[in-house]
Amino acid sequence: MTDTAGAAPVTQPVTSTMAADDEVIIGLEIHCQLATRTKLFCGCSTDYRDDQPNTHVCPICLGLPGSLPRVNRKAVEFALRVGKAFNCTIAQEAEFARKNYFYPDLNKGFQITQYDKPLAVKGYLDIEGDAGEKRVRITRIHMEEDPGRLVHKGGADRPKYSLVDYNRAGIPLIEIVTEPDLRSPREARRFLNKLRATLEYLGVFDSEKEGSLRVDANISIQPKGWFEREGKGKADRGRVEVKNISSYKGVEKALTFEITRQKNLIRRGQKLESATRHFVEARGITTSSRSKEMEQDYRYFPEPDLRPLRVRDRAAEIVLPELPDARRARFMEQYGCSPNHARTLTGELRVAEFYETVAGADAMLAATWVADTLLGELNYRDMSIVRVPPDTFRELLFLLKGGNITDKSGVEILRLMLDQLKESGCCESPRECVNRLGLTVLVTTPLAATGEDPIVKAAQETLAEQPQAVADYRNGRKEAMNFLVGQVMRKTRGCAKPSDVNAVLSRLLEGEG
Amino acid sequence: MLSVTFSPEDRFHAFITTLPRAEPEPGRLSGIPVAVKDNISTRGIPTTCGSRILEGYIPPYDAHVVSLLKREGAAIIGKTNMDEFGMGTTTENSGFGPTLNPADPSRVPGGSSGGSAAAVASGMVPLALGTDTGGSIRCPAAFCGITGLKPTYGRVSRYGLIAYANSLEQIGPMARTVREVSLLMEILTAYDPRDSTTINFPYRHTPDPEIRGTRIGVPEEYFGEGVDPRVASVVWDGITLLERRGAEVVTCRMPSMAYALAAYYVTCTSEASSNLARFDGVRYGPPADTRPPWHEAFQERRREGFGAEVRRRIMLGTFALSSGYYGKYYARAQAARQQVRDDFVRLFRTVDVIAGPTMPTVAFRLGEKTDPLSMYLSDILTVPANLAGVPAISVPCGRSEGLPVGLQIMGQWFRDEKVIDVACAFEQGVSA
Amino acid sequence: MVSEHDVEHIAELADIGISREELAEFTGQFNGILDYFDILDQVEAAGAGEQDLANIFREDEVEPSLTQEEVLANARETEDGFFRAPRVM
Repeated sequence: MTDTAGAAPVTQPVTSTMAADDEVIIGLEIHCQLATRTKLFCGCSTDYRDDQPNTHVCPICLGLPGSLPRVNRKAVEFALRVGKAFNCTIAQEAEFARKNYFYPDLNKGFQITQYDKPLAVKGYLDIEGDAGEKRVRITRIHMEEDPGRLVHKGGADRPKYSLVDYNRAGIPLIEIVTEPDLRSPREARRFLNKLRATLEYLGVFDSEKEGSLRVDANISIQPKGWFEREGKGKADRGRVEVKNISSYKGVEKALTFEITRQKNLIRRGQKLESATRHFVEARGITTSSRSKEMEQDYRYFPEPDLRPLRVRDRAAEIVLPELPDARRARFMEQYGCSPNHARTLTGELRVAEFYETVAGADAMLAATWVADTLLGELNYRDMSIVRVPPDTFRELLFLLKGGNITDKSGVEILRLMLDQLKESGCCESPRECVNRLGLTVLVTTPLAATGEDPIVKAAQETLAEQPQAVADYRNGRKEAMNFLVGQVMRKTRGCAKPSDVNAVLSRLLEGEG
Repeated sequence: MLSVTFSPEDRFHAFITTLPRAEPEPGRLSGIPVAVKDNISTRGIPTTCGSRILEGYIPPYDAHVVSLLKREGAAIIGKTNMDEFGMGTTTENSGFGPTLNPADPSRVPGGSSGGSAAAVASGMVPLALGTDTGGSIRCPAAFCGITGLKPTYGRVSRYGLIAYANSLEQIGPMARTVREVSLLMEILTAYDPRDSTTINFPYRHTPDPEIRGTRIGVPEEYFGEGVDPRVASVVWDGITLLERRGAEVVTCRMPSMAYALAAYYVTCTSEASSNLARFDGVRYGPPADTRPPWHEAFQERRREGFGAEVRRRIMLGTFALSSGYYGKYYARAQAARQQVRDDFVRLFRTVDVIAGPTMPTVAFRLGEKTDPLSMYLSDILTVPANLAGVPAISVPCGRSEGLPVGLQIMGQWFRDEKVIDVACAFEQGVSA
Repeated sequence: MVSEHDVEHIAELADIGISREELAEFTGQFNGILDYFDILDQVEAAGAGEQDLANIFREDEVEPSLTQEEVLANARETEDGFFRAPRVM
């Protein structure tokens, strides 16, 4: 895949080639919408997503002349929780500032943000890096308002005019800026996952809301150790800012693409200038940005309509809820989860809560079925776990635990229920499924079973139908047994336990042999 | 009670919009016609700020002060003319033509609340609302010969006031007499949580002309060069009158006056450059042409819709805030501002109020002042009160060359009551 | 001292149109005003005082919004409930 938008003609001598010990340096700037009921500076509801344009707007968030902002206490609380959870120093005094620029989605001609007096600074988040646990430093966390939403009319490449909806204008955002401590797209993805989970655990963020999280990434490729040695000093190669990433998967894709692009340029001996690029999600590529953003002078000054925030004492009073790491440790101790299961189950707040609701009778069984099966099936159907009634799932676990159904049947029932839930929002109970489909496990004593036994019958049929496999087995190919077992399982609609089937087949084969 | 009808012959062009009729409602201002400066939002009534860029704009909400007036049964009968967005000292910068001074129609009424002052001075209305960012209530009050008060910053809600310079401006009462100004002030100061820069401190006061023992400071700088000696003489006579009524007059110094005007103009133009960025014609006002791309359309709309003075100030403010210049201009202006505050703090340790002329001259002729800087310089005596946020009033204090002269009295933060008392004492002394 | 070129750049930054005729006049006036502002150089920059008031908040309770009609009422160009604006590119 070539990217002609970024390639510059080779007019310069080779400045440096990508050496084997170059490393990738990544920093992230993340914007998250806070899950308050109302906007940051007015009482309009934040629940705008399904509604008509311009129906969640008042004089303040419309920017009508004469309107004045009022700070949402809850938004500040939420932001303080985040600052505390990421081990930041909370400012003695934070201040809102105006960031001045002209764009139709910014109806005051300025955005109220925080500039040289942000709410929190110098924190960190520990993640699993490529080479073991690593600390990603957080430079700052500040609050700002979301602008409105622009729709371009007349085709993406040559828009004729723009349409503007201000429902989103004024939604509270926090901006989290990291130091360039990440060294790979995978680390970036892990960092974002942990960040997202932490924000959910704090109760300040809803990741299921579309567009609730946006990421800008800074990436460059420098000689190994350059960053530690010189910090932000003169770099050999420029730093590229990639904007407009609005999904977690998008981050890894955008960074991977960008690294490849930069490596190609380096290999060709071309100079890497600092630049701003846009991520085009649909095509998985970054393109050169045509905006004048590099030259922007935002003329920041303190917002004269608002008073400063002196909230360090308030931050000290905040008691944080259990966070992902603590919950993971507790799952391992309290429920005996394996480290992998614990990680999977605590990766999202809703999953963790679901798990704890269903773990009751058999925590290990529940862990396996939630982590290894349910999540996969939900993902496949693009469904959220909140749509699964915990009682129903518990019933399924109960049947499995009691040996009333086989694992295979369990999976079948689960898939059926999820399909029903997705379709209509309700589903049969597992017992109803079992009865309707005849999935009750076939009980048998393999050594004593006669030809009347459904398993024996199915096994005899299979042996008759699969002479080649039988021959293979007799010739020493033990794996042929797996195939035969599978065929019997199909015939019995998964109601036979694999161990039973195996025993029956073995008996029959020996008997005939 | 009969409804209030209002069919004025607006000889002085005090109004941009008039409402022919208002139904009477009960309240302390029942049936009293009140004029409202056109930068104060009035629901359902066009509000232009004296600018073409807001032509046709009809706010869907009332400013807090307008709700308060209505609550007391006032008859809002019109929106008064003003310098565009409050930027000016003469009301000649209006996009809708100048207002004339009723004392002498060949002269300016002062600005930017020239329309409100003329409406009161000519007898069209007894009460009017003005706004004061750098003297815009006091200057026209002085030039037209009426009374106007700039309240302590934070005492009157700015919710609904179309912003020019947020940290400097206040809405205030204008009327012929101190008693009427005081009455209106009682109504305007009801607390409004929608303005985060206000304090809940309503004004409830009957003017008390007893000023024996009151100490009045008179800064040298208020009688220095740049002040017309004839004006100085009239004002000095006024101060002497106060002395005869029992006040103690002491001279003092305000060295921060050297920086005050520069600090004011850097601050107000910076804030204005940001406040006026929203006028793009997309949501209100005459629309931008949607054929050219955004920046081109936006620039053109602003060139067409804003007058020269507004564009000049926006550019000055943009420059003062720009990268590389913020430290030289905006940051230093705030430091200078602190010095002005410190001067007032120091003076108020030994005096109760400060007095001097409101304006360095009497009203200019229409078209006389063409150079912006020379226009700005006439604000030198009024801007300190805005920079510091202290209350300040102008009361009529005699004439010079046949034209009204204003006496300015400034008081401590949140002691607007004392300023009113001294003004009342003066007014009574004059009539005695 | 600012030149006409500087003033043009400021007008760009401020997204304000000025005509060629105005440019010379504006530049002269600018220089006069900026010269006057130079007096601020004598002021020490770190002097801005502390504000008395802090922590002014409102509660996270929903208040009624305007109707879509009210929001769009002053706009001359709308489409399907959106505002129409010049294209940004």
